[in-house]
Amino acid sequence: MRTLKFLLQKEFRQIFRDPAILRLIFIMPVIQLLVLPWAADYEMKNINLSVIDHDHSGYSQKLISKITSSGYFILNDYSNSFDKSLGEIEHDCSDLILEIPANFEQDLVKEDKAKLFMAMNAINGVKANLGGAYLNTIIQDYNREVRMEWIQLPRFSPETQIEVTSSNWFNPLMNYKYFMVPGILVILLTMVGSNLTAINIVKEKEIGTIEQINVTPIKKYHFILGKLIPFWILGLFVLTLGLIIARLAYGIIPAGSFFTIYVFAAIYLLAILGLGLLISTYSVNQQQAMLLSFFVMMIFILLGGLYTSIDSMPEWAQTITKFNPVSYFINVMRMVVLKGSSLSDIKEQIFIMIGFAVILNGWAIFSYRKRS
Amino acid sequence: MSNDKVITAEQLTKRFGHFTAVDHISFDVHKGEIFGFLGANGAGKTTAMRMLCGLSMPTSGKATVAGFDVYKETEKIKRNIGYMSQKFSLYDDLTVKENMKFYGGIYGMSDKFIKEKTGYILNHLHLESEGDKLVKSLPLGWKQKLAFSVAIFHEPGIVFLDEPTGGVDPVTRREFWNMIYQASDNGITIFVTTHYMDEAEYCNRVSIMVDGRIDALDTPAQLKKTYEAKSMDEVFLKLARKATRIEI
Repeated sequence: MRTLKFLLQKEFRQIFRDPAILRLIFIMPVIQLLVLPWAADYEMKNINLSVIDHDHSGYSQKLISKITSSGYFILNDYSNSFDKSLGEIEHDCSDLILEIPANFEQDLVKEDKAKLFMAMNAINGVKANLGGAYLNTIIQDYNREVRMEWIQLPRFSPETQIEVTSSNWFNPLMNYKYFMVPGILVILLTMVGSNLTAINIVKEKEIGTIEQINVTPIKKYHFILGKLIPFWILGLFVLTLGLIIARLAYGIIPAGSFFTIYVFAAIYLLAILGLGLLISTYSVNQQQAMLLSFFVMMIFILLGGLYTSIDSMPEWAQTITKFNPVSYFINVMRMVVLKGSSLSDIKEQIFIMIGFAVILNGWAIFSYRKRS
Repeated sequence: MSNDKVITAEQLTKRFGHFTAVDHISFDVHKGEIFGFLGANGAGKTTAMRMLCGLSMPTSGKATVAGFDVYKETEKIKRNIGYMSQKFSLYDDLTVKENMKFYGGIYGMSDKFIKEKTGYILNHLHLESEGDKLVKSLPLGWKQKLAFSVAIFHEPGIVFLDEPTGGVDPVTRREFWNMIYQASDNGITIFVTTHYMDEAEYCNRVSIMVDGRIDALDTPAQLKKTYEAKSMDEVFLKLARKATRIEI
């Protein structure tokens, strides 16, 4: 116990004397949480639209003004040549082309049907897809309005209409930030936990102080605990800071209890610190440790369900996410923050995370050698 | 006479793949002795020392340090030795006092002992005013002297010094050796590697490693006689020139 006291004292002194670490601990959560949720927004806005109007009629004007007033589209250009609009797409100035053929109004009025043509720039697949879907919805809506105009008494309408009203559970306004902020918090904790630990230990390897430690009768677990405990506390501090920012900047108050969040985070941090430890035992210098943890972090983030839903991943990728601690924590965070899940709801995840902690730390302790 | 052997090595060998860094070396070090471990760069000095300190696992051979086996009882060995590596080993971002407290603490010294000993060392090195300064702000010579003081802080029976005076000016080197003599007078056995042949003259006995083997081992006076040399420098050159191994 006494040995541990000396180790912790030394470690905390070093952390508080390192301005780079302190800055990282304070600035990283603030920037990530204040900037990223605004950028990582799935709702598509500002879709650039090119309209080719061969008709120049009242109906075509009405349609265009309905589209532009929806707020999703910016009318990039209005012309009567498809080639010109295609040029706009080629120059990446436009995302979507809507072509209104000549006689649009005439066909609509006389023959009860008219055709429209839509072309999408699929380089940005998400934008093309969503833009196309939005435009489709707007056109259908327009179609209904036109029909209503003609058939004054809707009950005689030959076609039945189904109107769908939806209600979004747990995030009624579909506020994307409610969804992103808990996820970003997880990434933050992961980065602080694994990178700082790995780099801290590898730094001692580089300077040569670890050899001095190895030649003392210090116990392996003392040394490792001396490294883990400070970063575990730091991790919980970053979590607290993150939750405060989430509340102040986005008004996110977890629907579940803070206790649940902290219990899971405490276990999660143990697992992640073990990962950092593991990275450090396999790296000789800080460069290697950085690269290795960057590599792991990339996989963790992209296969963690932060940006893309795990359920829509191919099966093999879903299998990989089962070995990704980040995916569990992101899931748990969203469950607790949005749905208000309690400890008993996340029992399974807790056990899995304990498993991660045991395996990663066990592996790290096993491969940490006082002697080569 | 055999009871005062604090280090024994018998056919001690370390191989890294096909490369034999230390090739069947045998020697004894007596209690209170200053034992010089000489050799060119890459001769295997550091590897041999690391095996004795329990930092490196021998490939074959036998060795004991302070009566304990280097294979099985490394943790017991570690209680009885001090070590100063080639790389500087104090924490730059801790003060002089904090370093002493830390190393004293992990050797299980009491708070009272640490406090008294720290005061004694600082007083002795005339560094009282530097005690609360960060180690990184001190000149190299002082750092080396402090590192030595920290290596023998817990009063071990044996201390291993790996090129302790590398890059240090002649005056500081002289002072450093005075500290070594003092430690030796206090009964601490000194095992020291060096490149400086004038330092070899200060040792009670000297071994010279060439290509992983110990090619000569005797008192400096006897070595000079055997090799018909005027100085240790000459002895060393005669032996080291036989080396065939390229520097690593």
